[in-house]
Amino acid sequence: MGIGTMKKMAMQCLILATLCAYAPLAHGIPAFARKYGLPCSACHEAWPMLNNFGQTFKDNGYQLGNGRDAPIYQDPSYWPIMFRTTPLWHRESNNRQAIDVVPGNAASGQFESVVTTSGFDLQGVDVITAGTLYKNISFFIQPFIGNNSIAVSQAWARLDNLAGSHWLNLKLGKFELDEPISQERSLILNNTGGAYQNYFFTPPGDNNFFAGIGFPQLGVELLGHSDNDNTRYSVAVVSDSNGSTGLPSNQAYDVYANFNQSFEAPWFGRQQVGVYGYFGESPTYFQTSGGNPIPGTGTGNRSFYRLGAYGHWYVNKFDFYTFYLHGYDNVFLGNSVPSNQPARLPVGAVAPVWNGGFVEGHYNPTPRWIAIGKYELNRMSREANPNIRGNLGNLDTWTVGYRWYPIMSPRAGLAWTQEYSRIINAGTAPLSGKDDIRNSFLMGFDFDF
Amino acid sequence: MRRTIKATRAAVILICMSWCITSAAQDSHIGKLVGNAKRGKALYVRYCVFCHGPDGDGRGESAPYLVPKPRDFTKAVFKCRSTASGSLPLDSDLYDTITRGIHASGMPSWKPLLRQERADLVAYIKTFSSAFQEEKPGEPVPIPPEPPNSAESVKRGAELFQSMNCWSCHGKDGRGHGPSVASLTDNQGNPITPFDFTGGTRFKCGETNRDMFRDLLTGLDGTPMPSFAAAMNPDQRWDVIHYIRTLSSSKTRSEEKNDSIRTIN
Repeated sequence: MGIGTMKKMAMQCLILATLCAYAPLAHGIPAFARKYGLPCSACHEAWPMLNNFGQTFKDNGYQLGNGRDAPIYQDPSYWPIMFRTTPLWHRESNNRQAIDVVPGNAASGQFESVVTTSGFDLQGVDVITAGTLYKNISFFIQPFIGNNSIAVSQAWARLDNLAGSHWLNLKLGKFELDEPISQERSLILNNTGGAYQNYFFTPPGDNNFFAGIGFPQLGVELLGHSDNDNTRYSVAVVSDSNGSTGLPSNQAYDVYANFNQSFEAPWFGRQQVGVYGYFGESPTYFQTSGGNPIPGTGTGNRSFYRLGAYGHWYVNKFDFYTFYLHGYDNVFLGNSVPSNQPARLPVGAVAPVWNGGFVEGHYNPTPRWIAIGKYELNRMSREANPNIRGNLGNLDTWTVGYRWYPIMSPRAGLAWTQEYSRIINAGTAPLSGKDDIRNSFLMGFDFDF
Repeated sequence: MRRTIKATRAAVILICMSWCITSAAQDSHIGKLVGNAKRGKALYVRYCVFCHGPDGDGRGESAPYLVPKPRDFTKAVFKCRSTASGSLPLDSDLYDTITRGIHASGMPSWKPLLRQERADLVAYIKTFSSAFQEEKPGEPVPIPPEPPNSAESVKRGAELFQSMNCWSCHGKDGRGHGPSVASLTDNQGNPITPFDFTGGTRFKCGETNRDMFRDLLTGLDGTPMPSFAAAMNPDQRWDVIHYIRTLSSSKTRSEEKNDSIRTIN
């Protein structure tokens, strides 16, 4: 068989695969779009990122308020369920991976080298079922099916419009915090740029049990908003468990609060400003049995906080998120020292403090296409241990990409995405202590039905 | 040569005038807001097209699944107006409908959109029918002050509800299942259900007594609900409204609150 014939067959296979990828989508039915007959673009600036109409719908407990929200108005065959998955091809590279000199022999010594991997992949399957159990009682359940596991990403029920007021809604369960920009709804999917680094940042050497506001948490949330959603607040009390069930740490409770205000700027569009803060305590040591920590017995709590401000600015078809975070961990957390053993603190140890932020810009000329650019940084302003280099843990991340939505209907959503991200992590190369640099390139389908 | 210049000048003036007239017709004016049809089109494609269709004829992709059917903008017939029956609505009427939504239908409140965006949508919706370029909208109907609600007023309203045959569509108990229901259609021939007054405190075109008074005056064009401008005097209309309010009064206060959640309205 000639090379030409093989190329031709490969092309035919690619076309067939593309057609196959399209075929089942025509029959899929996203939960809310099907219920209300609205397209993705009604609620999403670019799916999955919400616009203000979608945010209002969500804040109302997945109710449009048109008298057709309660399940009694739905066709009995209606099932509020949606699947989302992302078949893709990606390439990852790391410039300073520690590698054994003799493969398989850990004692042979190590050296740092570039490691590059690439191939077709699948980012698991999100199953989302959500809607109203009854008028003004909403729910959300999101199991995530990974390659070898199933986890409950979110599961909660909410009492909406208590006392007939938008300002009083109560949510209980495992839920995504009311973040300035939703991690769950990120337009970026790749390993390097997909996460908002500031949401998850903990200084190197820090053992704070709390892993970041980007993780769904277990607790209760009181939230409210004005009629048009221009004014919003959320206050959540959550277990210091990082969203893990079974009370793995201790019985400390953390508090997260978010407030934002939107206004209409002539000629530009909607503008939003907000402030947020997460205040908590984390255990520094556990009761042990045979030397092993007993889950749920964390003690010696020490404080930490994350707080900041943000904005979302529209300039016609452009919009920009600006985000600032100030972080602080207690000295015992920052140095991973049990609080009952202060003598173990390094000389001159202090509480680590850092500042970070990002700018994420979008150009959205039509509901079918969006360009994305993001720059994120983090700067340590005070290291926990004065003996380590001053910029250890500093981060710089760049991302560019676009998403194209070839179909858009009340039945299914399909996006073609291509994106590239690069992260420089100062001083974290495992052997040399030089900067660790990682690159990700990703392209593929992101679809739900 | 001079004649050519004059002719050219006249042509330019004519073109400018026609452009001005056309663009004015494609604008909307709601208070100080001036809506732009071009911007409105982009918003229409994002939010409205799946129900109302790309041509504004109410034949969007979702239309077959919706009851009542989406409005056909090409006919320039609108339910919720402040103008007399059979006349075009004011820009502010269309703006209010977009803002408020239409209760008990697939049309949600679009209040989360910016005021400017809603004004732009009004401008674009008007481009679907030449009526907005050829005719002027009607004058807003006058709404007199509401007299005090009283047992006598409710009693008179109940009698009018019977004598004016409101019951034949809305039912004797106001639940929207009167004897005429099976034969009722909208102006596109689709079956249509009369409003259930017992379902809460909100109505198709608003939730205040003034809104209901206006509906009785203007009728809901495109539906079997006629105008009672000639058939009832203002006091009689208020009496009917006071009676209709009692049809949902058997509900507890908390039930009423639940019904009128005003979520995004």
